[in-house]
Parts: sequence; structure tokens; C-alpha cells
Amino acid sequence: MDSYNAPESTPRQNATSRLKDYFIGATPLQKRLESVRKQTSFVPTPPRRKLPQCSQLQEDVDPQKVAFLLHKQWTLYSLTPLYKFSYTNFKEYSKLLSAFIAAEKQKGLAVEVGDDFNIKVIFSTLLEMKGTQRDPEAFLVQILTKSQLPSEHREGKVLWTGWFCCIFGDSLLETVSEDFTCLPLFLANGAETNTAIIGTWFQKTFDCYFRPLAINAFNLSWLAAMWTACKMDRYMATTEFLWSVPCSPQSLDISYAIHPEDAKALWDSVHKTPGEVTQEEVDLFMDCLYSHFHRHFKIHLSATRLVRVSTSVASAHTDGKIKILCHKYLIGVLAYLTELAIFQIE
Amino acid sequence: MSVLRPLDKLPGLNTATILLVGTDDVLLQQLAGSMLKEDCASELKVHLAKSLPLPSNVNRPRIDLIVFVVNLHSQHSLRNVEESLHHVDASFFLGKVSFLATGAGQESHCSVHRNTVVKLAHTYRSPLLFCDLEVEGFRTTMAQRLVRMLQICAGHVPGVSALNLLSLLRSTENPSLEDL
Repeated sequence: MDSYNAPESTPRQNATSRLKDYFIGATPLQKRLESVRKQTSFVPTPPRRKLPQCSQLQEDVDPQKVAFLLHKQWTLYSLTPLYKFSYTNFKEYSKLLSAFIAAEKQKGLAVEVGDDFNIKVIFSTLLEMKGTQRDPEAFLVQILTKSQLPSEHREGKVLWTGWFCCIFGDSLLETVSEDFTCLPLFLANGAETNTAIIGTWFQKTFDCYFRPLAINAFNLSWLAAMWTACKMDRYMATTEFLWSVPCSPQSLDISYAIHPEDAKALWDSVHKTPGEVTQEEVDLFMDCLYSHFHRHFKIHLSATRLVRVSTSVASAHTDGKIKILCHKYLIGVLAYLTELAIFQIE
Repeated sequence: MSVLRPLDKLPGLNTATILLVGTDDVLLQQLAGSMLKEDCASELKVHLAKSLPLPSNVNRPRIDLIVFVVNLHSQHSLRNVEESLHHVDASFFLGKVSFLATGAGQESHCSVHRNTVVKLAHTYRSPLLFCDLEVEGFRTTMAQRLVRMLQICAGHVPGVSALNLLSLLRSTENPSLEDL
């Protein structure tokens, strides 16, 4: 059977090489179209790829600076590239965004830019939140309450925080032109109404699009395996999984908690190649958990849907909620999430 | 041995039998119902099985087409299909076996990667069909396709055999799969 394919493949190869020559001198838009076209004929995100171990992605992130990012629940969104965004115009963006928020809250009354409001918006850059030098700088948006008395220059309470970042976003960075800033991962903490207002302002100002980033069961099992593989000095939380069983009238939830050191021991016995994580190892790790559970409870967990994974490194929910607990592996966690966001954009 | 062989029984007169193998009873029943509603010159028989091997004490007609249904939401259905494949004779894979993957529409519920099923179908040199069996319209279309495939596999369509159909259905658009 296979020998019949040989004469067919040569004209196909000629066609693709001609296509490649055509695109060497192409504009960024044409390059983008070519990459999209390539994606549709090749299977996207092959699970046989090998990911670097979390420990290799440890950057020298200053724990003091990123302490405010940890132990908070972030809702994830994927964001298309921002058009004509500039890191130098932060003051202007702050003013415009404050006015917009006040206008939205007061619903239609005329508002002047620069007036005194109860809330204040601050834009700031987050240094060192990048994977490679090519990644654009991450930046942070915060909504704070302003203290009523001007004499007290105390920082108000933080009402809402959101930050944009891009970690190892090479596949996206190659395909966009100069005017666009690629920060595909957006994390928000705070009231949902504020997230919606901020999202609307960004969409109007920079012609981008937000979409909630859901993490499916397949990716959650990858996250579970990678986070269990991370070497930790001390374990702060038990490793916990949550499965949802679809049944009527209400779905059942099955929760499975393991001592983190046992989970690490299991992973070490499964893990073969140092520095890489393969699909087979992840499958074997999860299969061990499933068969153990089946032996005791006669329930096939593999027929249910994995909904939540919680380890000492971080915890993730399928609706796109994440809480990072360890500053050492922050970049690693964000790198995987950036990849998911880029995949969703494309 | 309880291995399914394609030619160990005589064919029934004007009868075509399909065997659907999968863990999701509800989906298989619905698909069977849709298939039986189709207009077909031959008499259709649909057999459902959770897994192979089939119990040997039952008198059943010759099976013309086996469709393995994998639900992308459940790893369990994939493992079940992988184990059932061991109980099928190699000569069945000359066009009389097909894989059907359901649930690809709801990406957020998927725990099996699409690539895994593609690779499985490629290993067994059999066609892979994608269909959301829960949606009525897609299910009806898929039922029509399966009835047509079944007629060819049972030999009721003059001039086309199961092997011809297999070589027609082999997709030529994924050159990278040859490297997998």
C-alpha cells in the first residue's frame, strides 16, 4: 500500500517548495496567512512533543516583586495582538481608562478627562516577566480607590488587578507586523464587571479581542504531570484532583487527594528521560491514578471529566481559573498557559 | 478463539450487518436508530457491543462492517477500543473496519487529543470519521454515510469493493502522518 504513495508525493513536494519560494519576500500578512494555511493541513499541537521540565524555566524572578501575583485566583483570557500600543503612553492610558470607567459607572453623564474620581487606574510594567528577550514586556493594570483626603498620600485599596504577559510566544511573534504588540495571556482578579469594562476599553482602543481561556481535561492532565514533576523543598498543599461525573439530575464530583510526596514518587517511577516530558509519561501517570482508584472503588475515572487540579506549585480549574502558589515555577506555568492562549487565538 | 473473522460465515440473502463497538450506549443506540431509518435496498442489521470479544453462544449473521466509536471526552472509551481491536482478525482491516470519533465539537470537554485517534486509525490503516453524535443533523448525515459504506462492504454495490473504498478514503492531504 505504501509504495503507491511515492509517485503521488513528488508533485506535492514540488508544490509546497514553490509556495515557500513565493513567500520569502512576502509581507507579514502573507506570512500569517501561510502559517494559518499550514496549520489547517497539519495537525495542531501534537501531543508527542516534548516540553522542557519546569526546573529549566526557573528564571531569577525576585520573590518580593512577584509576591502580589501569588496566592490569588486569576481568571484567564486569551488576547489577540494589540494595535499601536505604546509602553510610553501609560499616563495617558491611565487617564483615559479612569474616565471611561467613571463614565460606565455613571451611565451616560458627560465626564471630563482629568476630573477627580473615587477610583484611580495605574498602568505599570512588570519587569522580568518574559521567557526570551523577544517577548514583549508584561504590564499591569490596577484599579485603586483614591483616598478622599488629598493630604494623605496613602495608596488606596486595590479593587481590581489585571496583567498582560507573553512567555515564550515565539510562534505568534513571528507572524505579526511591527505595529502589533503580542501579549496573548491576560489574567484578571477582581469583580467581573470591572473586567468587562476594562475589556471593552482595550477592545475599542487597540482593536483586539478577549476570549475566556478554558483549559480542557487533556491540558489539565499535562499540567498535573508537569507540576508534580517540579522539585519542591517543602510541600504546602496536598495534590488534589477533582472529576465531574455527568449524570442526572445533578452531576457528581469525585475528589481524589494524594500526599504530594507520594505523587512525586509515582512520577519519578514513570519518568524516563531527564529534561523532557512526553505524552506517554503523562498518560501512564494518570493511568496509575485511575487504576488505583478503580481497584478500590470500581469506578472508571477515565470515563469522567477532569475538572480541577491542585498541587503545591499551582492549581487550575477547567473554566480558566488559576492560582499560582510557588514563585520558583511562575514562568513555567505562564509559559504553558501562553501556549494554550496562542493556540486558542489561532 | 473468539476472534472476529470476515469470511467465516456465509452471507445472508440481501442482508448487510454492521457492528458498532463503543462504551457510550446512548450514542450507539441513537446512531443505530438513525441508520435503521434510512432507505436502503438491502436489509440492514445493526449489532451493538460494548467491547470485544463477543459472546460466542449467540447465533449472529456475518458481520460486514465494524465501526469503533471513540468518545473524545473519555479516555475509557479509547482504552476500550484499543483492547477490543486485539479480537479482530487482520483480514478485517482491508476496508471493513472504520473508526468514528465523537465529541470533537466541545473542545473544553476533550480529554483525548485528536492526534491520538488519528494515529490509531493510521496504525490500523482504516478510515477515521469525525461526527458529533449528539447533534441530530450530524448523526443523520453520518448514518447515511455508514449505510452507504455498509452496502459496499457487504458487496451490494456492483463495481465497488471494500478494498476499493478503502483506497479512495485514504486521505492524501496529511503528508506528515507518514512520519508518525
